[in-house]
Amino acid sequence: MSETRATPNEAPLIRVSDLENRFGRHVVHQGLDLALYPGEILGVVGGSGTGKSVLLRSIVGLLRPSAGRIEVFGEDLLSLEPQERSRLEQRFGVLFQRGALFSSLTLAENVALPLIEHAGLPRPEAESLARLKLALAGLPAQAAAQRPTELSGGMIKRAALARALALDPEVLFLDEPTAGLDPIGAAAFDRLLLTLRDALGLSVFLVTHDLDTLYTACDRVAVLARRRVLVADRLERVAATDDAWIRDYFHGPRGRSAREAAHATKES
Amino acid sequence: MAAGPGELTLAPGPACPHGDWTLAHHARLRRRVDEAHRVRAEAPVDLAEIGALDTAGAALLAELTGAERLAGIDDWAPALPAERRALLRAVGEALTRCEAPARPRRHPLRGPLADIGQRVAGIAHQQKLLLGFIGQVLATLAATLLRPRRWRLTSVVAQVHQTGLDALPIVALLTFLVGAVVAFLGATVLSDFGATLYTVHLVAYAFLREFGVILAAILLAGRTASAFTAQLGAMKANEELDALRTLGLDPVELLVLPRVVALTISLPILTFVGMLSGILGGALVCLVALDISAVQFLAILERDIAVQHFLVGLGKAPLFAFVVAVIGCLEGFKVSGSAQSVGEHTTSSVVQSIFMVILLDAVAALFCMEMGW
Repeated sequence: MSETRATPNEAPLIRVSDLENRFGRHVVHQGLDLALYPGEILGVVGGSGTGKSVLLRSIVGLLRPSAGRIEVFGEDLLSLEPQERSRLEQRFGVLFQRGALFSSLTLAENVALPLIEHAGLPRPEAESLARLKLALAGLPAQAAAQRPTELSGGMIKRAALARALALDPEVLFLDEPTAGLDPIGAAAFDRLLLTLRDALGLSVFLVTHDLDTLYTACDRVAVLARRRVLVADRLERVAATDDAWIRDYFHGPRGRSAREAAHATKES
Repeated sequence: MAAGPGELTLAPGPACPHGDWTLAHHARLRRRVDEAHRVRAEAPVDLAEIGALDTAGAALLAELTGAERLAGIDDWAPALPAERRALLRAVGEALTRCEAPARPRRHPLRGPLADIGQRVAGIAHQQKLLLGFIGQVLATLAATLLRPRRWRLTSVVAQVHQTGLDALPIVALLTFLVGAVVAFLGATVLSDFGATLYTVHLVAYAFLREFGVILAAILLAGRTASAFTAQLGAMKANEELDALRTLGLDPVELLVLPRVVALTISLPILTFVGMLSGILGGALVCLVALDISAVQFLAILERDIAVQHFLVGLGKAPLFAFVVAVIGCLEGFKVSGSAQSVGEHTTSSVVQSIFMVILLDAVAALFCMEMGW
C-alpha cells in the first residue's frame, strides 16, 4: 500500500459527525464520527449488529439518521433539496450485500440502466459500455445476456460491482463484497478492487468481515463498537489498540493467519 | 494537461485527443470518433494532452486505436502517469475479452410461429400440471385426514380469518349492490307485463342459485388466489420451500393443505352471506320502488322458493374454493425467482381461477337443468 494515501491531510470527501441512529428504544449509533479521504480504501469492521450496514445506509441517504451531520463533497447531505441530493448520489456507487441486481433485466441491461437514465446515452451505446464494465469486473462476455437468477454468487457480486461503477462514481460503497465467495474468488475481488482504485482513482468505503481483505486491500480500518467508531487508523495501529474486542478480532487465530499470509505475499 | 470538454485533433501530425474524455461529453466525443473512423493500426496517437479520463472515455479511445493496441499501452506511451496507463490497459484488456456476440439471423415468420406453438404447448402443459397438482393435494389430504395429530388447526384458523372473515364486508357490500341492481332490472322489465311481484322470484332465484356463489368466488379469486401466489412465490424465490424439503417436511402438507381447507370453509360462509345480502338489497328496492313490504317479500319467498335452490348454490361453493386455492398455490410454486416472475404468476393465477370458476359454473348450470334440480 502506498503510504501517501493514508495520510489524512486533504479535506475528507465524506465526514460523518456526531451521528445518532435509533430504532425505537434501540440505539445503534451515538456520537459516531468518521471521515473518508480521497483515494483511500477504508475498511469498516465490527461485530454483527454493531450497525455497519446502518452506517452505510445513512451515508448513501437510504436512512435518515435520528441526529448528527453527514457532509458529502463538502455539502450537508441531510439539508439538501431532493434534486441536489440526487445529483450528489450519482457520484456514489453502491454494491449491496446480496447484489440487489434487477431480476427482470439481463446483466448488460442492469449496468446500462443508469447510463441511459442519467448520462442520456442511446441504448446500443449504453449496452456496449455496459459490456465493457462487466468485462472490467472480470465477467466473461457471454454473461452479459444472462439474468441474475442464472448466476452464481461470485458472478452476482461482480455484476453488482459493474453496476456500481456504471457512472464512474468517485466514491464506492461496498457492503461485504467478499462474503459468500470462495477464497480464490475473494482474493481476485481484492486485487480487482485495488486495480480499479488505482486506475479510476476511486475512494472506497468497504464494510467487511473478511480479514484477508483488510490486510491486502485497505489503507485504513475503522472499528465500530459500543455505538461509535472506536478507532480509525492504519491497520498496524488499529491492531495495536488496547481493547478486548480488537485484540480478539485481530489477534485471534484467523487474524494471525491473515496477517502472516499478507506479509508473505508482500515479501515475495 | 488541457482542461475543458474533450476534443480530437487529427491533422497535422499524430491524432491528438485533448480535453476531458468523460461520460459527460460522451455524445460529442462519439461523433468525433465516428468521423475519424479508426486511426490506422500503426499511426501515432498522442495521449498526453487528455485532461480527465474515465472508463467511458477510455472505451472511446479504444475504438480509436483498437483495443489490442490500448492493452499494450506500456510499450508505446511509457511517459503517461502510471494510474492512467493502468486504466487504459485495464479497459483495453477488458475490451479484447468482450467482443459483442453476433446475433443469429432468423426467418421473420419463425418468431410468431414459434410463439404460437410455445403457447399451445404451454396451455397443455399447464392443464397437465394442474391435474397432477390436484391429485397430489387430494392424496396428501387423504393421508393427513386419518391422523389428527398432523392437522394444522392454527394455520387453518388463521387462513380462515384472512380469507373469510376479512373478506366478509366487501362480499356483503358487493352482493347487496348487485341485488339492488337485479331488482331494478326486474322491476323495469316486469312492469310491462304487470308482473312486478315476480321481482321477488327473480332476485331469490338469481342469488340462491348463481350470484351469491359466483360473486363470492370471483372476489376470492381476485383477493385470495393472488395472495396465495405471492406468498408462496416469495417463499420459493427465497429458497424457503427448498429449506422445508431438506428438513424432510412436505410443502404441500404444510402450506397448501391449510390454505385449501381454509378456503373450502370460507367460501361457503361467504356464499351464504352473499345470498342473504343480495336478497336484502333486492328486498330494499322492492320496498322502496315497488311497494312490496318486507312481510309480503318473506311470505313469497317461503311459499314459492324451494330449499333445493339454496342447496344447489351452496353445493358449488366448496368446489369453486378448491379450484381457486389450488390454482393460487400452484402458480406460487411456479415462480422462478425474479420479481417479474412473481408478477406474471400472480396475474395468471387470478385470470385462471376466474376463468375456471365461470367455466365450472356454466357446466354446473347445464347439469342442474338436465337433472331438473
